[in-house]
Amino acid sequence: MSAKQRPLSPFMIGPYYKPQMTSILSITHRATGAGLVVGTLFLVYWLVSAARGPGFYEQAQTVLGSILGQLLLFLWTWALLYHLANGIRHLFWDAGYGFALQDAAKSGWAVVWSSIILTLLCWLIAAP
Amino acid sequence: MSIRTPLARVRGLGTAKDGTHHWWVQRVTSIMLVPLVLWFIVSLLSVSHADYETFRHWLGNPIRAGLMVALLATTFYHASLGMQVIYEDYVRPEGAKFVALLVTQVLLFLLGAVSIVAVLKVALAA
Repeated sequence: MSAKQRPLSPFMIGPYYKPQMTSILSITHRATGAGLVVGTLFLVYWLVSAARGPGFYEQAQTVLGSILGQLLLFLWTWALLYHLANGIRHLFWDAGYGFALQDAAKSGWAVVWSSIILTLLCWLIAAP
Repeated sequence: MSIRTPLARVRGLGTAKDGTHHWWVQRVTSIMLVPLVLWFIVSLLSVSHADYETFRHWLGNPIRAGLMVALLATTFYHASLGMQVIYEDYVRPEGAKFVALLVTQVLLFLLGAVSIVAVLKVALAA
């Protein structure tokens, strides 16, 4: 095979691999990471509004408190908690733990459920 | 001895010799972000509905302001490193990848700078 024809990433996507739980969680980690980058715009908007004064701060609270604002914040909460939990999973792998298939599956489900449960818990505690 | 042809090396499609540094700072920022993000989430639970005075008082605490600045600096650095990997994997051709990366990194740097100044302004005025 010539150098030009070697498969390039993302070769995981396409006909070469069957989607698996672990690969879905892996791409979700990237997707939530990219989503959180967009989400930082909300954080910057909130902080800059606070720095501009009480009027701007109240306005930002109203915007973020709207239906759309709350929906985006809810998704942001889950994305953050998912990326956090799966990031910890990655750090364990980096340290050399949890590579066995059944361990990777177990930690994967732990990430899925903990991110969902903690998101709901956060929104119950900080109920509008 | 390298098995790459001299032409392939000259074209610059090989290692840039700083992959380890990129990998390492991505991990260092990850480890820092674990406690910082947990602190931030718990904080948001208490200040998400706060009025201006309460919020200003909350951020007026130098430890909280310091943690916010650390969170922002680490977050935007981590975000920049992460977006770089995503672009390197998925964006082609080379020119588009370069432009996307440059624009994103400049924007993230500016967002980080602006948000840190915003935090300091609120914190120091309190």
